[in-house]
Amino acid sequence: MDLALSPEQQEVRTLAREFAEREVKPRAEAIDHNSEFPRDLVDKAARLGLLGVLVPDAYGGAGLDHLSFAIFVEEVARFCASTAVILDVHNSVGTEPVVLFGSEEQKRRWLPDLAQGKKLAAFALTEPEAGSDAAHLKTTATRRDGGYLLNGTKIFITNAGEAGLYVVMASTKPGSGADGITAFLVGGDNPGLKVGPKFKKMGLNGSAIAEVYLENCAVDEADRLGDEGQGFRIAMRALDSGRIGISAQALGLAQGALDDAVAYARERKQFGKPIAELQTIQNKVADMAVKIRAARWMTWKAAALCDAGLPFTREASMAKLFATDAAMEITLDALQVFGGYGYLEEYPMARRVRDAKACQIYEGTNQVQRVVIARELERV
Amino acid sequence: MDFALNDEQREIREMVHDICLERVEPRAAQIDESGEFPWDIKELFAKHDILAIPFTPEYGGVSGSALTLIVAVEEISKFCATSSLILSVQSLGSLPIWLAGSEDQKRKYLPPLARGEQMAAFALTEPGSGSDAGGMRTRAIRRGDTYVMNGSKTFITGGSVADTIVVFARTDQNGDAPARDISAFIVEKSMPGFKVGKLEKKMGIRGSPTAQLFFEDLALPAANRLGNEGEGFKLAMRVLDHSRPGIAAQALGIAEGAFDLARRYARDRRQFGKPIIEFQGIQFMLADMATQIEAARALTYASADALDRRLPDINVSSAVAKVFASDTAMRVTTDAVQILGGYGYLRDFPAERMMRDAKITQIYEGTNEIQRLVIAREVLKEKG
Repeated sequence: MDLALSPEQQEVRTLAREFAEREVKPRAEAIDHNSEFPRDLVDKAARLGLLGVLVPDAYGGAGLDHLSFAIFVEEVARFCASTAVILDVHNSVGTEPVVLFGSEEQKRRWLPDLAQGKKLAAFALTEPEAGSDAAHLKTTATRRDGGYLLNGTKIFITNAGEAGLYVVMASTKPGSGADGITAFLVGGDNPGLKVGPKFKKMGLNGSAIAEVYLENCAVDEADRLGDEGQGFRIAMRALDSGRIGISAQALGLAQGALDDAVAYARERKQFGKPIAELQTIQNKVADMAVKIRAARWMTWKAAALCDAGLPFTREASMAKLFATDAAMEITLDALQVFGGYGYLEEYPMARRVRDAKACQIYEGTNQVQRVVIARELERV
Repeated sequence: MDFALNDEQREIREMVHDICLERVEPRAAQIDESGEFPWDIKELFAKHDILAIPFTPEYGGVSGSALTLIVAVEEISKFCATSSLILSVQSLGSLPIWLAGSEDQKRKYLPPLARGEQMAAFALTEPGSGSDAGGMRTRAIRRGDTYVMNGSKTFITGGSVADTIVVFARTDQNGDAPARDISAFIVEKSMPGFKVGKLEKKMGIRGSPTAQLFFEDLALPAANRLGNEGEGFKLAMRVLDHSRPGIAAQALGIAEGAFDLARRYARDRRQFGKPIIEFQGIQFMLADMATQIEAARALTYASADALDRRLPDINVSSAVAKVFASDTAMRVTTDAVQILGGYGYLRDFPAERMMRDAKITQIYEGTNEIQRLVIAREVLKEKG
C-alpha cells in the first residue's frame, strides 16, 4: 500500500490550486449570477495545459493520470462547479473516448486541438426518452455512400453550442438495443448538427446545457469511433472515468463549503463567543470532515485503479454515489452554519447547494449507480 | 498511489480467514450464548502466531505493522467480534509498553505477550471518569522505591483474564491541571492487592470479559512505572490514537460479515416467485451497504497506513476511521437484520448478534461523540 501523492500529483495540486484561487474564485459569483459561460477561464486553463490532462504528450496533451485529473477538478470545484464541470466533461467523456478508442488518424485530427483548448468536447448520449435506459436511444445512423446520416435528438448535453467536437452515440441497427449502438465524432461546424437554446437550470448556471439536433447530419466512415456496435461499450467506459471527475467535482463543492463554514464559525459570535465553540456546530463540522475524507479516498482509489489498468467500474460508481450524496448533505449543512446569511446569494453557500444537486443526477443518477453496484456485487 | 495490500498482509489475511472459517465461525453462537471467555480460541490464535502480529520480531512478534494487524482484526471480526477482541486487546494492553516502556520493560513483558502465554489489558476508565478520563481518582502514592496504588477501574476489556495490566493512576493530588498528575504503571495479576470484581452482563461481545478491577494497597516497584511521572495521560491518549484503527477494523469486519450474510440470504430467499435479491428495494439496500463498507475500509486502511508511515495527524485519521466505520457497522448490521426479516430477529441466525456486537464499536475506545470533538478541534484550528 502506498497512499502518498507522487511529486507530479502534488505539483498538479499546487498548479490547480493557484489557478482556482487566483482566477476562478473571483469570477465564480458573476458566472452564476449572469449565467455566463466562462470562456476566459477555459482559455486560461488551456494555457496551463489543463484541457489536455488525459491526452498523451505525443498529441500535445499533458499526459497525466486520472488521479491528477481528480485533484485538478476538485481544486476548481472548491470555488466554481460550473467551471469544473465544463473542464471535467471536456477532459473525460468528451476527449478520453478519442484517446482510448480513436484511430491514429482520428487522434492526429482531434487531440492536438482539444488538448490546446482550440476546441471543446461534448458527449452526446442522453435522449429525451433514453436517460438512465441509455441502451434504448432512438438516434439512428444510416449508411450512405462513404459514410452515415445521423438523425435524432440529444438532450442535457454539457458544453452544447460551445463544443467543436461531439462524441455522438447512435444506433446503426435500430431495435437491437445496446448491441446496435455506434459512436461517431461529429464536428461542431457540421451543418447537420444544431443546438437548441441553453436550458435555464437550478444551478451550474455557467455551464451550457442544451438539446442537440441531428438532422440528416452527414459524417464520413472515417468519423466512426471504433467499430459498429461498439458504441455502448465506449460510452460505458467513458462514463466510468467520467464518474471519477464528477466525484472530484462533488468533493470540491463539499471541501469549499466546509472551508467557508469553518471560517464563518470562527468569526460569528453569538451568546458571547464564536459559534465554533458550540458543540452542535463542532458536530456538524466533524461529520462534514469525516464524509469528505471518505469521499476523497474513494475517488482516489477509483482513479488509482483506473491508472493501474485494473477494473474500476464498481469503485467509480461507489465513489460517485458516496461523494455526490456527501456533497448534497455537506453543502446544506454548511449553508445552515451560516444561518440566514447562507440563504443570501451574496455568499457562495446557496450556490453550492444548487450546484451540488446536479451531481446526484448527471453522469448516471445515483439510482443508476446503485443498479451498477448491485450488478457488480452479483459478480463477486 | 496503490491501495493493494502487500504479500505479508495478503498471506496473513488468508491464513486468518481459513482458521476462522474452520474453527471460529462454528463457535461464535456458543460463545455469545454462554458469555464465557473462549480459551480455545485464544490458544488457537497463540498457536498460529496470530497474537504475535502486533509485535516486531525483536520482541518475539511476527509483524508490528498497524495495517497488518487491522487486516487480521477485520478478518476475525467477520466471523466473531468477541474473538477479534482477544487480538485487539493484546495490542491495546501492550501498546503503552511498546510506546513508553524502557528496554528492560519491553524485554520482560512483550515476548510472553507475543507468544500468547500471557494476556494484556488496558485500564483507564473509572466509574466516575469515562470520556473525561482526566478526572480519574485511582491513586499511586510514592513511598521510597515503591508506589502504593488504591482505587478501582471499570469496563476493562479482558481485565479478568489478563496477566499484565497497564493501569493509569494519579501520582500527584495537588497540581492544578489534573491530566498532568497521571502516570502509567504495569500491574501483574499476581501482585497482592489486585482483585477482579464482577463481570458485566452485556448486550453484545458477550464472550469478552468486561471486568471491574480493584487495587487495595497494591505495592508496585518503581521499575513498573511506564515513562515519567505525569506523562500518563498523554500516553493514554497516544495509545488510543494507535488503537482506534483496530476498533475501526473490528467494526468493518462486523459490517462485512453482516453484508455477506444478507447477500447470501437475499439470493436464497424466494418470495413472489423469485429470489428477493432481484427486487430493487433489496438491491439498493445492498448497494448502499456495500458503498458504506467501501468508504469505511478506505478510511480504516488509510488510518493504519498513516500509523505505519508515522504521519503527524494520526489522532484525526484514527478518529475519522473509528467514527465512520462504527456508524457504518451499526447501519449495515441493522439493515442485514431487516433483509433477513423475521429470521434476522432470531438467535438461529448470526445477524442479530452482529447488530448487538456492532453497538459497542460506537461506544468504546472513546465514544463517537468524543471522536467528533477531536476531529472538530482539528478542523476548526486556525490554519497558520
